[in-house]
Amino acid sequence: MDALDQLKSKYLEGIAAASDEAALEELRLAALGKKGEISLKMRELGGMSPEERQTTGAALNVLKTEIDAAVRAKKEALADAMLDARLRSEWLDVTLPARPRRVGTIHPVSQVMDEVTAIFADMGFAVAEGPQVESDWYNFDALNIAPEHPARQEHDTFFMARDPNDPRPPHVLRTHTSPVQIRAMQAQGAPVRVIAPGRVYRMDMDQTHAPMFHQVEGMAIGRDISMANLKWTLEEFCKAFFEVPNVELRFRASHFPFTEPSAEVDIRCSWAGGQLKIGEGDSWLEILGSGMMQPKVLAAGGIDPTQWQGFAFGMGIDRIAMLKYGIPDLRAFFESDLRWLKHYGFAALDLPTVFGGLSK
Amino acid sequence: MKFTLSWLKDHLDTSASLEEIAETLTDLGLEVEEVVNPAARLAPFTLAHVQHAEQHPDADRLRVCTVLTDEGEKTIVCGAPNARAGITVVLAKPGDYVPGLDVTLGIGKIRGIESMGMMCSERELELSDEHNGIIELPSGAVGDKYIDWLAENRPEAVDPMIHIKITPNRPDALGVRGVARDLAARGLGVLKPLQVDPVPGGFDSPVKPVIDADLKARGCPVFAGRLIRGVTNGESPDWLKARLTAIGLRPISALVDITNFFTYDLNRPLHVFDAAKVRGDLRIRLAREGEEILALDGKTYALKPSMMVIADDNGVESIAGIMGGEVSGCTGATTDVFLESAYWDPITIAATGRALKINSDARYRFERGIDPAFTIDGLELATQMVLDLCGGEASGITVDGAIPDTARAYQLDPARVISLVGMDIPAAEQQRTLTALGFTFTGDMANVPSWRPDVLGEADLVEEVARIASLTKLVGKPLPREGAGVPQAILTPLQVREKTARRGIAALGYNECVTYSFIDAASATLFGGGADATRVENPISSEMTHLRPDLLPGLLQAAARNQARGVTDLALFEVGPAFTGGEPGEQVLQAAGLLVGASAPRDPWGSRRPVDSYDAKADAEAILAAIGAPARVQINRKLDGWWHPGRSGNIALGPNVLATFGEVHPKVLREMGVKGPAVAFTLWLDRAPFPKVKTPTRPALVLSDLHAVERDFAFVVDTSVEALTAVNAAFGADKALITDVSVFDQFTGPKAEEQMGAGKKSLALAVRLQPRDKSLTDADIAAVSAKIIDKVSRATGGALRK
Repeated sequence: MDALDQLKSKYLEGIAAASDEAALEELRLAALGKKGEISLKMRELGGMSPEERQTTGAALNVLKTEIDAAVRAKKEALADAMLDARLRSEWLDVTLPARPRRVGTIHPVSQVMDEVTAIFADMGFAVAEGPQVESDWYNFDALNIAPEHPARQEHDTFFMARDPNDPRPPHVLRTHTSPVQIRAMQAQGAPVRVIAPGRVYRMDMDQTHAPMFHQVEGMAIGRDISMANLKWTLEEFCKAFFEVPNVELRFRASHFPFTEPSAEVDIRCSWAGGQLKIGEGDSWLEILGSGMMQPKVLAAGGIDPTQWQGFAFGMGIDRIAMLKYGIPDLRAFFESDLRWLKHYGFAALDLPTVFGGLSK
Repeated sequence: MKFTLSWLKDHLDTSASLEEIAETLTDLGLEVEEVVNPAARLAPFTLAHVQHAEQHPDADRLRVCTVLTDEGEKTIVCGAPNARAGITVVLAKPGDYVPGLDVTLGIGKIRGIESMGMMCSERELELSDEHNGIIELPSGAVGDKYIDWLAENRPEAVDPMIHIKITPNRPDALGVRGVARDLAARGLGVLKPLQVDPVPGGFDSPVKPVIDADLKARGCPVFAGRLIRGVTNGESPDWLKARLTAIGLRPISALVDITNFFTYDLNRPLHVFDAAKVRGDLRIRLAREGEEILALDGKTYALKPSMMVIADDNGVESIAGIMGGEVSGCTGATTDVFLESAYWDPITIAATGRALKINSDARYRFERGIDPAFTIDGLELATQMVLDLCGGEASGITVDGAIPDTARAYQLDPARVISLVGMDIPAAEQQRTLTALGFTFTGDMANVPSWRPDVLGEADLVEEVARIASLTKLVGKPLPREGAGVPQAILTPLQVREKTARRGIAALGYNECVTYSFIDAASATLFGGGADATRVENPISSEMTHLRPDLLPGLLQAAARNQARGVTDLALFEVGPAFTGGEPGEQVLQAAGLLVGASAPRDPWGSRRPVDSYDAKADAEAILAAIGAPARVQINRKLDGWWHPGRSGNIALGPNVLATFGEVHPKVLREMGVKGPAVAFTLWLDRAPFPKVKTPTRPALVLSDLHAVERDFAFVVDTSVEALTAVNAAFGADKALITDVSVFDQFTGPKAEEQMGAGKKSLALAVRLQPRDKSLTDADIAAVSAKIIDKVSRATGGALRK
């Protein structure tokens, strides 16, 4: 074995045996440092013959590279071992609870209003609003409900207190969202397509009634909008809202002072096993009232009924929320029981969209 | 409105089934609420024959009967006194449901003997109240169905009753004939003719109606009547009693039953006076102040001068069109009867009925509007029935006033009907429909029948045509979009804000509530409301008397309810209207959040701490940022009274308060029964300015390659000095260079005062300097620092902490 082989095995053995980075660095300097053995031998090359220089130089270079690589490899191995040792000592009970974060919820009424808005927005309906304290003109007269009309008595109206010195009839808490029809017509003229979701009030309180609930009004006025268009619109809405491939609606003649012809709308459903399924079965469930706008109502909204025609409908938001999500009791909607809010509520980021689906 | 199938068939010649009729009624807008078909209930029962009847060995009152049934001989134990051999009975077998007992029969063992069914009484089958013994039939063979026997021998017992809901526009359907007319128009049968044969009067009525002149114009245009003398007012015949019983009316006497029959049959309410008790003529006038009447319902009513009455020399005898009086009412002793048929103004009747709270069949019909042209015909028909059932002799008819003219016509435009309904109904069919409903045509003008007060325009013709054509058959047609392409945004900026705030607050961990818009007076008053302007005149309870002036009282009540259930940590919010007054539009859109209890559950990290004002402030600021409120705002303390005066603040732009945050006033918490701590925020969503120009383009991002420098300063100031004063002062030191100033420490309390002097605290600010065109030298930084120290010291009256 010549001197270079000896050097090589001496260093490689030393590197393999090095137990820490300091020992390794010492070896590296002893071999490759400025005054290291191999560096010194490199310097001796100058005094050699060209032939000798060529063979020895090449051999030295190979050796240098080999030792350098060994040092690097060993260094990495030592670092890995140290990290392993550290990681072995670093242990958390990851089953402990995370730092707490409150989780909020959206009320079903808000969620369903957003669902309804998303669907009708896609069909080109804007969202109109109106005040909840209404004059009796907007709530009744403009909607073709004359003061002595029996329908007026059936509305279970809440009246606002009226100063005895004020000759005007008392204002009312709107009994339906229909006054927004008038306001939207006055503000926008024709053609117009709007929905108007919001709170409404009736003097009624039992298992299925609350003195306040929510309705959404819909109205579309154009040159030739028909009741058949109304039916299609409601079919499309119900399909989208109840998230079923098919729905079947039944229009039943009825009477509302502000529409003519008027129809109650039933949806085909099944109650098999106590569970409501929309779009199948042999039962019919009344879900809304609708009709073609009464010419007097169009006129009250400042629209010429000989030039324009349209449809209107109104449905209970709480009611369709109950049907869709299986919520049993209307009054619980307004009790703010945290258990109820959490159970029936929706995540803040579950914004219903037509493209992403309404519910998860 | 109730009637029976056989009653309907008096007016309608039809072979349609009960189901078909019920479905059609609903489709026509005469919504069926209930069909009671006794045949369905009685379907299982069969006829049987008692072969032997022997005394039960162990019971005195029971007999052991051998009964021949369609399944052979059976043993039945029976306790009825008339259970004996040789009679034909009605048998219920084990498994049958007996309606009058509300049980499903089993095989019973009665005193040791097995009984294979029971023989029924009429009460057990809900046929009558008869329960003295079991039914004995005079005819019928063993195994026959009992309903078949009834249909043959006692059809009224299996006559199906139909209950329909009548919408306010259809008074004509408050008579069976009107219902029949609708069905006939639909093609479900043929309307039978109504034969009216005038009854000749044998003498002049001694009682005459006299309508006050001012009521003739409006109130009572016509009043007709006649005297029938020598009547016997006994029980009605069975068919009439059965009809009335079937629709839930109690038969009283023939005369009264006749008036009830005409009310339901032809929608012609009538009244009968016992002529012997009437003094002088019947005057139709307004009531006088102080008058009262004992009415037929046994109650005394105080009358008002707005109400119409029928009076004689004795005083008020009847509340016109609503209810007769007890004194002149007919009894079994009545021999001379005055029969009234009048037309009353719907509005006056409705107002009187409402004021007196009388819900009678007469009021119900008159206030919706009966057929004025039928006044005399109705009287003739009723006279004939009185003569038929009670005997006697009729006077001539006496009338005051005249039948009001209801003649009017509207154009039927078939093309418009098709355009509105969206169904292809041929013009001829449209005309046929209206004709079947009683309209007559003069060219294209449809003359409205006198029994349809609801038809007041062309739209009503459209409705009639559509209704009879059947809306069930309507096929949907796509509603084309108004414009092609991607729909435009449809929410207003405020609507977008509302949604952003709602989802934003929920994302911060609050649970959304929807609380009532009304609240009790005390809570309203605590929150600046409770004035008469926002009072509800007819509240449903004392908890809901006023419109809420603010969202917080509702949330605090919700918190109190949850605390009562043991939930102590709450984060509740609501977005909705609060009411500033009682006029339309005096409402504002608020978003309010309430934190009660601790910030977090107990955990190993010590996260749990009581909620405080800075929690509420953080959330209020987050939502303000989300809805686009400017970042630079002022904080002031011009607080409403329900906030803790020292621990709350308004976030404002000058006088415009965008939000309030802080602790709820402890007194308010106490009065509302909420255990603190409780902090809250209220945002007025419409108050933050909306962008004047809407553009999606952002300002260009200006980045500097030069390093920013951060310098910290601590100031000793009075404890009452507000941090924002110091921050704003620091900002003012160099508006170009200083990009951020933040408070990173506050040292306050006894230890701080020990170091810095009584009434002092230390505030530590971090100031970030961003050079624009050249790096800052030490001298530059020193100059800015000196300016900052100077400005802050002057603004706060403090000094740099040494």
